[in-house]
Amino acid sequence: MSRSRVVVIVWFVFLLLPLYWLFNMSLKTNAEILSGLTLVPQNPTLANYRTIFTDPSWYSGYINSLTYVGLNTLISLSVALPAAYAFSRYRFIGDKHMFFWLLTNRMAPAAVFLLPFFQLYQTIGLFDTHIAVALAHCLFNVPLAVWILEGFMSGVPKEIDETAYIDGYGFPRFFLTIFVPLIRSGIGVTAFFCFMFSWVELLLARTLTTVNAKPIAATMTRTVSAAGMDWATLAAAGVLTIVPGALVIWFVRNYIAKGFALGRV
Amino acid sequence: MDKTENNKAWLLVLPVFVIVAFSAIIPLITVVNYAFQDILGPQDRYWVGTEWFREVLTDDALQEALLRQLVFSTAVLLVEIPLGIVLALGMPSRGAGASAALVLMALPLLIPWNVVGTIWQIFARGDIGLAGWFINGPLGLDYNYTADPFDAWVTILVMDVWHWTPLVALLCYAGLRAIPDAYYQAASIDGASRWSVFRHIELPKMRGVLLIAVLLRFMDSFTIYTEPFVVTGGGPGNATTFLSIHLAKIAVGQFDLGPAAAISIVYFLIILTLSFVFYNVMIRVGTGSSKR
Amino acid sequence: MARIELRDLAHAYGPRPEREEDYALKRADFAWEDGGAYALLGPSGCGKTTMLNIISGLVRPSEGRVLFDGKDVTGLSPAARNIAQVFQFPVVYDTMSVGENLAFPLKNRGLPRAEIEERVREVAHMLELSPMLHQRAAGLAADAKQKISVGRGLVRSDVAAILFDEPLTVIDPHLKWRLRRNLKEIHARFRRTLVYVTHDQNEALTFADKVVVMHEGQIVQTGTPQELFEEPAHRFVGFFIGSPGMNFLPVEGDAAGLRLEGTTIVLGHELAAQAGGRSGRLELGIRPEFLELHETPVAEGIEAAVTEVQDLGNFKLATLRLGPHLLKAKLHEDAAVPQARGWLRLPPARTRLYAEGRLIG
Repeated sequence: MSRSRVVVIVWFVFLLLPLYWLFNMSLKTNAEILSGLTLVPQNPTLANYRTIFTDPSWYSGYINSLTYVGLNTLISLSVALPAAYAFSRYRFIGDKHMFFWLLTNRMAPAAVFLLPFFQLYQTIGLFDTHIAVALAHCLFNVPLAVWILEGFMSGVPKEIDETAYIDGYGFPRFFLTIFVPLIRSGIGVTAFFCFMFSWVELLLARTLTTVNAKPIAATMTRTVSAAGMDWATLAAAGVLTIVPGALVIWFVRNYIAKGFALGRV
Repeated sequence: MDKTENNKAWLLVLPVFVIVAFSAIIPLITVVNYAFQDILGPQDRYWVGTEWFREVLTDDALQEALLRQLVFSTAVLLVEIPLGIVLALGMPSRGAGASAALVLMALPLLIPWNVVGTIWQIFARGDIGLAGWFINGPLGLDYNYTADPFDAWVTILVMDVWHWTPLVALLCYAGLRAIPDAYYQAASIDGASRWSVFRHIELPKMRGVLLIAVLLRFMDSFTIYTEPFVVTGGGPGNATTFLSIHLAKIAVGQFDLGPAAAISIVYFLIILTLSFVFYNVMIRVGTGSSKR
Repeated sequence: MARIELRDLAHAYGPRPEREEDYALKRADFAWEDGGAYALLGPSGCGKTTMLNIISGLVRPSEGRVLFDGKDVTGLSPAARNIAQVFQFPVVYDTMSVGENLAFPLKNRGLPRAEIEERVREVAHMLELSPMLHQRAAGLAADAKQKISVGRGLVRSDVAAILFDEPLTVIDPHLKWRLRRNLKEIHARFRRTLVYVTHDQNEALTFADKVVVMHEGQIVQTGTPQELFEEPAHRFVGFFIGSPGMNFLPVEGDAAGLRLEGTTIVLGHELAAQAGGRSGRLELGIRPEFLELHETPVAEGIEAAVTEVQDLGNFKLATLRLGPHLLKAKLHEDAAVPQARGWLRLPPARTRLYAEGRLIG
């Protein structure tokens, strides 16, 4: 067995241990967690999960998160598609500056935007709505989407466009019926990354919400109470936040390598 | 590809421009407003010029945070890039094993950042965490990340390696898969050693993705906030107070809007400069390798 | 340099081949003589590349053995076999200069530096690469890169054979012939065993002394270009080589001679003797170049309808209908071509008889 294969195996053990520990704790009671270290739950219980699935203040967190993540993916894709096409096919005044400016937003520290966003969304009356978080996440997801899609589109020969125009297709019809199907996998990869970055972000999401659109990750801070930490419920909630991501990876597993291969992430 | 000159293409870019401008330019104007004024109420504001800038730039806390930030980002790159390459080389390339390895590898990337913090906060605790218990017990080391600055650093660094090395590994993995078989076959016919294959085939072909990996890891580690905040809250003392945490402390914690805005602008300018440099390097390398 | 022998060779990519179709390469016994320039010709997917990779050692055959000068090398790695191979898409090491690329195989084998330099200079001169020895290999055009790949094979004085896998695919047409001529010169000078895989008959026929034709995983014929043209051993060879390919006419053999299937025409042909007693599908094969077309009735002539005549510059191509069968005839540019009707003659010396697709006379 090659040395790098050994490193990979050790890595996967290292990768899975903390996850296993979280899962392990989610099946215990708080009493068992605090009474000493056990490698497997002595009295496995699903009570923590039951708490989350029956308490609306818990499970609405998941619904909120998935709602704004879905909205964000939709918005990012629909505005990025035409723009990426423009960048991949045309030269226009300020194109390079525009592209660079977009990318700087991908690099911008979220902390810088905390306060301005708070005030902005307060002012326009969108505070504590799903659309507010979805729009805020566009700050980094739209540039990302343009970047990835531009890579995929540059791989489609220009002759296809020209042939379609000669055949009498207008731009909208050509774009929707010919071009978009051609870059299906690119759109899938882009959606995956939009989902990913919106799902894992918390700082902005928490700042822009209080009750109605509060993300699950923020709900988790509730577990600190006067009676001490509710470790068991926290662990169960943590496990549940991993599930959507794991499902999404499973569905796009055959495209991941391809998406990364473009080096446009 | 030859591109046609067409300024009407702006119409296609317009929606992106509007939506990003809404999220980027308006807040930036707010920040600039705060940075040059002392705002006490809606009607009660004074022009203070560069006073806030002078105040924050001479502030030791900011300088220390910046230094910490640079050390942290450098450490992250030094560990994650080589490790990511090794992992990519060792990952199975086809069959069911490859899919499983990909899915597993990508898993940490899809965990919300505060949950990553929570996982490590628990995992590293001396009383209820496996790692903390193991280091203190069987290994016999005195380890407590909430009290010892060194332990806190190690914990956050290991957490970041756990969280983000997969990104580097996946990028490199994709780069490796794009190398045609003929290269390996030619090398085996030429009698090349494993090291030669890596040095002369794999590394050059990964150059593009590696640059992106370096860029992303540098930028993201430079703006890290949530994970260390959950684990250490910037402590013990200020030991793990990185730039973003420092900024949030002033802006949200102390509500010192003027200085916070001034820091934001300085912070943003640093990032902008660095991304500009990286972007240009990337463009150059990109055109160099596209001639293949 | 070596004589390369394949014994009872067969290869299947799947793990447990059962039916004949599972084999990418069906049972082959074959020898590549030392110093020969061979072309391995066949359509895509006929097993040429598999055969080549088995010789070089990149693929280990599932059955049979590979011998170099009588020594069994079946289990040896490509490097240990001393084989050079040039691939369809040029492989160069981007990090190195042209000279370093050429020196790479020698460096890996630990040759003294002076000798490496000497060899590199010689090979570079031969391939017309000398002016760019210090240039980076990465930015060069496809033909220069492909020359570097060839050069990495040539620098090694000990190579048993140089294998080419469709090396001119990505080369501009006007550069193809130059590179091919280059290869011929090199062969003339070093007499290395060369095996050149291609699906292009022109490439095969102009490059090689001997052409090996493969079809559906099998070697169907080996011969000089002339032999392949005049005596195709298999229906496939007749069809694949030549432009247009050989005409085939299904016939039935009986005491009177050969009767053209679907017509009442009887050919009083000496080939009839060979057909005697044969069962199965019989066919006459004749090249369009050898088919005679007359305006007036001739001895042994068969009346046929002329459906189309194309003037292609230095020759004319006529399409003829004989009963249900269509034939092509390639005629001299000045030849008088009959309108509507003509008389065909199949010169016995040029006419071949095939049973079940194989040549019998």
